[in-house]
Order: sequence, then C-alpha cells, then structure tokens
Amino acid sequence: MPNAVITVENLSKRYLIGHTSRERYTALRDVLSRDLRNFVRKAGNLFRGEQVVQGDEVEELWALKDVSLEIKRGDVVGIIGRNGAGKSTLLKILSRITEPTEGRVLLEGRVASLLEIGTGFHPELTGRENIFLNGAILGMTQREIRKKFDEIVTFAGMERFLDTPVKHYSSGMYTRLAFAVAAHLEPEILIVDEVLAVGDIEFQKKCLGKMGDVARGGRTVIFVSHNMAAVKSLTTRGIVLNAGRVVFSGATEEVIQHYVQLASRSTGTAEARRWGKGRHTAIRDVRFLTKDDNQPTTQYMPGDPLIVEVTIDKDSTPGLSLELILTDASRTRLGLASTFHFHGQALPEKKGTYCATIRFDPLWLAAGCYGFDVATSVPNTQFDHWVESAVEFEVQFSNALGYSWDFKQSYGYGSLTLLCRPAAEFVCVGN
Amino acid sequence: MDSATAPKPKIILMSDLIILEAGRRERHYWRDLWRYRELFRVLAWRDLSVRYKQTVIGVVWALIRPVLTMIVFTIIFGRIAQLPTDGTAPYPLMVFAGILPWTFFASGLGEASGSLISSANLISKVYFPRLIVPTATVVVAFVDFLISFCMLVLLMIWYQFMPDWRILLLPAFVLLAFCASVGPALWVAALNVKYRDFRYIIPFMVQFGLYISPVGFSSSVVPEQWRLLYSLNPMVGVIDGFRWCILGGQSELYGPGLVVSLGVTIFFLWLGINRFRKMEKSFADLI
Repeated sequence: MPNAVITVENLSKRYLIGHTSRERYTALRDVLSRDLRNFVRKAGNLFRGEQVVQGDEVEELWALKDVSLEIKRGDVVGIIGRNGAGKSTLLKILSRITEPTEGRVLLEGRVASLLEIGTGFHPELTGRENIFLNGAILGMTQREIRKKFDEIVTFAGMERFLDTPVKHYSSGMYTRLAFAVAAHLEPEILIVDEVLAVGDIEFQKKCLGKMGDVARGGRTVIFVSHNMAAVKSLTTRGIVLNAGRVVFSGATEEVIQHYVQLASRSTGTAEARRWGKGRHTAIRDVRFLTKDDNQPTTQYMPGDPLIVEVTIDKDSTPGLSLELILTDASRTRLGLASTFHFHGQALPEKKGTYCATIRFDPLWLAAGCYGFDVATSVPNTQFDHWVESAVEFEVQFSNALGYSWDFKQSYGYGSLTLLCRPAAEFVCVGN
Repeated sequence: MDSATAPKPKIILMSDLIILEAGRRERHYWRDLWRYRELFRVLAWRDLSVRYKQTVIGVVWALIRPVLTMIVFTIIFGRIAQLPTDGTAPYPLMVFAGILPWTFFASGLGEASGSLISSANLISKVYFPRLIVPTATVVVAFVDFLISFCMLVLLMIWYQFMPDWRILLLPAFVLLAFCASVGPALWVAALNVKYRDFRYIIPFMVQFGLYISPVGFSSSVVPEQWRLLYSLNPMVGVIDGFRWCILGGQSELYGPGLVVSLGVTIFFLWLGINRFRKMEKSFADLI
C-alpha cells in the first residue's frame, strides 16, 4: 500500500503479572521452600535480563493480540473500546514508548503523541519557559516554537501570566497552556489520547476545532476517547478494540453503532475486565440495568429509575464506602453518589464478594452518552479502587414532558432538564 | 493506465520509515539522538535553572563544598598524616586539583543514575532517545565543575602558582572524567529502573571511591609495584591527569597507569551504553 502511513501487522503485547497465592502456610518448611523457589526464579530472571516478577505465580496478560490494521495518509481514525481493551497499549506502541512483544509496525513520518498534556511541565519554571520545555519534549524544534510562540500564547489566552511559575497556576490555566502547546504541533502523525477530558467546554471546542484543522491539512490523526460525540464529530474512520483484538473497523457511524452493541452484549464477564484492584477492594463488574426486569442495557429513558449493579470483592476492612460519579460524554462530572457520605452506609465488614444494587431517583438527562466512574474509598482518606467509565449508557431522546424538541447534551446547555411545574406564572405588573 | 502515464511511486526515504519490532536494534540510533539534541539542551537547561531557582545561595554551593573538603583533606593528609605533595606544589592546591574531577565524577554519577526514575512521567508518556535523560543531567555537574574551577584559579593566584603549557591539555581529561562517570551511570540508571536496589549502591560507591582514589593524597605515595593495579580505578588516571595539567611540571604522569585507566574507562563506557540500549525499550513498562 503506497498510501498507508501506519501499517500494523499481527501486533501483540504481553505483560507479566505476579500473583501471591492465597493459601495459608502453616509449616515453616513450606514457607521456606516457597520463598526459596521464588528467589531462584527471580535470580533466574535477573540473570537472563528479563523482568523480575514479584509473587508466587506469574500470569501472562496479552494486552494486545494479533492486531492488524492500516491507516492511510490524511485519515482521522478513532479508536474506541472499553477500559482494558488495549487502546492505550496500542497508542504506546505506535508512539514508540513501549516495544511490541510480537508483530511489527511500519510508520512513515514523524509521530507526535499526546498521551497526557502537560507532560514534563516543571512547576518551578514560568509559563514561558514551560512552553519551550514542553514543545521540545513533544518534538518541536526551538525555531518552530519561537515562530509559533505568540500564537500559542494567544490561543491559551494567558499573556498576563507568562512570567509566573506554573506552580501558581490554577488547574484550568495549566491545562490551557499545555494544550495550546500541543495543539500547535505539526507532525505527520498525531496520536491523541483522552486529553480533552479536562478544561471548560469553550476551550474544548477550540481544541477540537484546532485538531480538525490539523486533519484537514492532510495529516493523520489517531484519536482515542470515551467521548462519542467528539469521536463522531472529529473522525472519519474508526476501530473497535475489545480484549486486545480488533473486532470492527469501518466508517465512524458504523463503528459507534458496533461499539454500543458490543457494550450491551458483553455485560461484563469477570475475565473480560481488567480493572486491577485497590488495597482493600476490587471492583469486579458494573452493570447498568433496565427498570423492569433487571436486564443489562445501555439505554436509559429520562424519568425512569436508574439502576446500577456493582460487584465488589473486599477484604475485612470496615467502614469502606462506595461512590458513583455520573459523567457526561465529555467526561465532565455531573454528580456524586456515596453510600457513606450521603446515607451513612458502609460496605459490609465481612470479607467476600458483594453485589450492590443502587437505585437512583429518576433523572431528567439530556440526550447523549453518559457514564459512571465507580470507586471504593476509605471515607475522608483516599480512594481505594477507582474505575473510570466503568459503565456507559445512552439517552436517545430527551424531553421531560413529552414535547417534540429534543434536548441534547451536545447543544451545550448542560445535561439536566430543570423541571418546574407549572413552567412559570406570569402576572402582569405594568404596561 | 499504461506505465508511461502512471504516477511514479513516491520514493520513501528510509529515514522516514520507522519499523517497530520486538528486539529490533534501531538502525539510526545515533542519528536519532542527534536529531533530539535540542531536547538535550532544553532538559539540561531545565535542570540548571531549576537547581539555581530553588537554592538560596545557588552558585555558592558549588564553591563551598570543594573548599571545605580541601581544607579537611589538607589538614588530615597533609598535616596529620604528613603525606608528601607533588614536587613543590602547595598541598591545598594539589588536593584541590584532585577534588575538581572527583566532584565532577561523583555528582555526575549520582545525578545521572537516578535521573530515569525522576523523569518517570516523561518516559512513560513520550518517546525520545532515553540516553538524553542521564547525559543531560551530567551537564549540571559540569557547570558546577566550571564554577569550582574559578575557585581553583583564585587559589593559584593566592599561591602565586603559574601553570605551564600542560594546562592546555586539561579539556582532554575533563572529557575522560565525563566518560568515566557516564559509563557506569548509564548502566546503573538502567538497572535502577528494573531493580530499585541499585539506588543504594551509588552513594556507597562514591563514598568508597573517595577513599580508594587519590583525592586527598598524591598517587605517588602508592608503592611502585602496585601502581598499575591501582590504575584499574579509572579515576586514578583522571586525577593524575588533572594534576599533571594544573600543577605544571610538579606532578608526574605515570604512563602505563594512564593507559590502564583509559582502557577501563572505555570498557565501562561501552558496557554502559550497551546495557542501556538493551534495556531502554522496556523502561516504559517497568518504570
């Protein structure tokens, strides 16, 4: 293919993960022999120059398996998939941060990746200095940065704070500056991971627009996001990843459809999820249920009770809390539910696996995609296990009282219908 | 479409085609490194400006440390132990000429070996030749060295000691000190990513090295039959070289020893780069 700028052939990436087996060792002899065996294994790893894995058993985890794809010059490709589907791993390989275990990738042209904006910002340095530092890290030459310096500063809208150390910046200012630098990159291939999750709506729009310009300039953009609206408006083609494999690729519309179907079909068998775990708890599974028959679904009718089912493993730590954070398509947080802080209810103390059903009062959500971040926490201290976008759902149409106007999230008027009955009382107080 | 009208296939410059594959050694490693020279400059500049922004007396630090060490060593080795100096050179001057390269070596080694860990967020987020990170930190040590060097000039004026033509060869030994510190530093920096135990080794090595290197005393006090063996310590060659350059004809350069030190330095440099390159691709997974 003369036109392909990125060719991926049978790409696989393996990670090794160590486990500590749960049996209780009663005999000192067993403990010693176990430790000795582990020591010998670790020494062997060390000797062969391989990764040393802690724990008794080593498990292989294929973050990507046999992925093949081709991306052409000027394509804007969205990569979507649930958490742990292998999106980030793919991006990391494409941006040369990590090496594949098997297969190969051919890249034609300069690659710049924005896996996290503001990478390398130093809090002690001023805004001006950080522009140069960050630019260089992202692969811009000093001459390029100098040429675009004014443009970057204007884009970020922070002429006044240029000579202030960034440690005094608010998080919003920090993000604006970081993105302004990133948005002025001009590589042949731009890789963008979920970086629009931050910042205010206006600024996000500005960034999306800027990225659209990059794409129209004939460059290739690879875009990963949970924000389906952004994927829809930005990309022309898409790829759905699931459990490390490409399950679908095609035009964006079809891809999103496929993804929604996939999300509703695979209602989280435990092994398909790779959410890791916290110190005391592990969130195993989160499902979004219909109000009537408790079947998994991805659709929500505004005004219905909203039901989420969370499966958690926990140890015997008392006083833990379960939190759910509702987010909209741009990952703006809309609301918080907390068993402990709002209801005084802690997770059961006994060790075990629990299935919690959370039933919310009806919400009048605008049409669009939503998700829940699900987390367990030690109240007032720290989060224990946090799963971003643990479950996602969609509202097809929204008008609380059944009028024909569809209130959409994407209009930018927020995500909640503020119902008032009656709508207003008009009293004439003058002519 | 016949072949005459068909558009010519675009010639792809090999330099633009990047192949990513397991265990592949990059063909253009050094050229890639050269291409990222600006990042090297910027990182070095960042380390420098951060360093001097956060300290109260900034530059003075680079002066206080070697001067205090010089005073202590002069008293212990020169006065109490009554060790001989090189020729007729004042003892403090001889000690200072040894402290200069040693401090450069030690701080370069220390900073570089921990540098990968402290730039973990960079390494796991962006691609660039990783070799830049540890080598850029050595620049900070080098600037400190230059500042301390001004102190040496003051000392020489104070003692009215005039160097001769040999001082012109000093840059060669600065380079040697740089290589001596970068080689092991790269190796340890890479190992540090995998096994964090190695961070404990460097302070120990530096402390240990201070005693087995001729910093506080002249290497001429080492018995003749042991000198070649002693030169296996690469810093012996560097420090002797510094004294030879700075103290004019007062200090002799032991030829075979210098060759041995040079050999050991080159070996470690080769080993360091080699090991580093072998491990650098897995840094992002391990860090």
